Amino acid sequence: MSEPTVRIQKVRRDTLKIRLIVFGTLAALLLIGSIFSEHLTPYDPYLQDLMNTKAPPSAEHPFGTDRYGRDMLSRVIVGSRTSIFSTLLLVTIITVTGTVVGVFCGWHGKWTDTLLMRISDMFLAFPGLVFALAVAGVLGGGLHNAIIALAAISWPKYARIARSQTLAQKETAWMKAVKLSGSGTGKIILKHILPNIIGPILVTSMLDIGTMMMELAGLSFLGLGAKPPTAEWGSMMSDTRSLLATAPWVTLAPGVAIFVSVMIFNLLGDTVRDWADPKMRGR
Amino acid sequence: MEAILSVRNLTRVFSRKGKERFTAVKHVSFDLMPGECLGIIGESGSGKTTLINMITRLLDATEGQIILDGEEITNLSGKALRKVYASMQMVFQTPTESFDPRCRLGDGIGESLRNAGRSRADTKTEAARLLEECGLPAEFAERYPHQVSGGQCQRAAIARALAIRPKILICDEATSALDVTIQKEILELLNRLRREKGTDLSILFICHDIALVQQFCDRVLVMYHGEIVEEGTPDNVIRNPQNDYTKRLIDSIL
Repeated sequence: MSEPTVRIQKVRRDTLKIRLIVFGTLAALLLIGSIFSEHLTPYDPYLQDLMNTKAPPSAEHPFGTDRYGRDMLSRVIVGSRTSIFSTLLLVTIITVTGTVVGVFCGWHGKWTDTLLMRISDMFLAFPGLVFALAVAGVLGGGLHNAIIALAAISWPKYARIARSQTLAQKETAWMKAVKLSGSGTGKIILKHILPNIIGPILVTSMLDIGTMMMELAGLSFLGLGAKPPTAEWGSMMSDTRSLLATAPWVTLAPGVAIFVSVMIFNLLGDTVRDWADPKMRGR
Repeated sequence: MEAILSVRNLTRVFSRKGKERFTAVKHVSFDLMPGECLGIIGESGSGKTTLINMITRLLDATEGQIILDGEEITNLSGKALRKVYASMQMVFQTPTESFDPRCRLGDGIGESLRNAGRSRADTKTEAARLLEECGLPAEFAERYPHQVSGGQCQRAAIARALAIRPKILICDEATSALDVTIQKEILELLNRLRREKGTDLSILFICHDIALVQQFCDRVLVMYHGEIVEEGTPDNVIRNPQNDYTKRLIDSIL
């Protein structure tokens, strides 16, 4: 009798589970933290202390203070709510809209496909931020309008991905088998197409969390997003660029916060994609 | 005896924006009798796949009629079409690719039963029974398609096709992608099913290997450039080929 073969996949499956738990917990902590951010701040994030401006990090103010003497740690904590939630909302909107449009186009084809895809081409052809500026300009400033503006220009990317993936799945041999089993269109799309196309879409949207956070920040900087004194990471960074040489912590603190949260969401995205694929889930 | 499936004058023309017309299947007519195993043989591009795609209504016919068990199904769509699939099932050339990679084999096998309104528990026991009938352990229901071999997957595909108890089983080159020993096993399985089901199961066996057809089929149609050029029992066709293409086909294996 020969020794039974030991499979390496077993080990990889375990790290996948651990990764899922770790990144899932981190992301959950980030979200919970931002929900209760107002109760977690050591100081009032809007309280100015003009005797103590641009103070470097110390035991009292771990991230230092800004040019009005406001505690940076408190501002970063409070800013998490605006930054994370508006970004997640934005990414959710564009992912869902783009996927629905893309799957519809890919599945249905014909003239609706042509029409919707030409519309999405139109949006893709515009320089994104300029278009967002125009939309925000028409609708007026404010975070809501910034989200609407960015959503309007960002969904076509998802529609493209979802459409091409749907077209690919439509041509597979198993699609014939599924049709022969008597499943209706709704069931085919929900049970067979979506699980097969969600991987690349999920990864794109996770990567977009970072991009969208920065674009929202850009609009805020131009006065079309979050309005001062609202603490929002992007606008906090943009506002204080001039202080980078003299008081770098004021710019770096929100920067690090963006970096860390983007990183957590990206890693979570990668892990969820691996987990969703049975081929990666071990044997 | 009444034919279970009649194909009359079936034609498919592919055209691109009105020009470049290509007739893949030209005025094909044949009958499939209950319990019969009918082979369709022909080289690549002879229109075999187009023909069965039309019969299973995955592709629309340009002209002609398909009559299944006395009912014309040529122009059915939606719910009425889905009902037709309770009497017609198919086994594909590529076993692994014929299962959704995200679904367990058991789910694939049970899907037609679930669609027919059977309960989840009922479907599960039935899938296990079908797997065993097709020579696989019941535990295979929990596996994903990439976790089983080609031959095992083809057995599962046969189990899936039989789940709804169809009257017609279409095998589209069901053995071509398998190596010869596995091919033999699959044929033995199909042969056993034929014996057990008797006149309840007719088989349409699409193949390009005339030796297999001779072993397995009661009657054979030879297709060439979209037309049926010869028809008869395999032995007659092989001993006394009338058509040039059939002669070449037989020469090629001798």
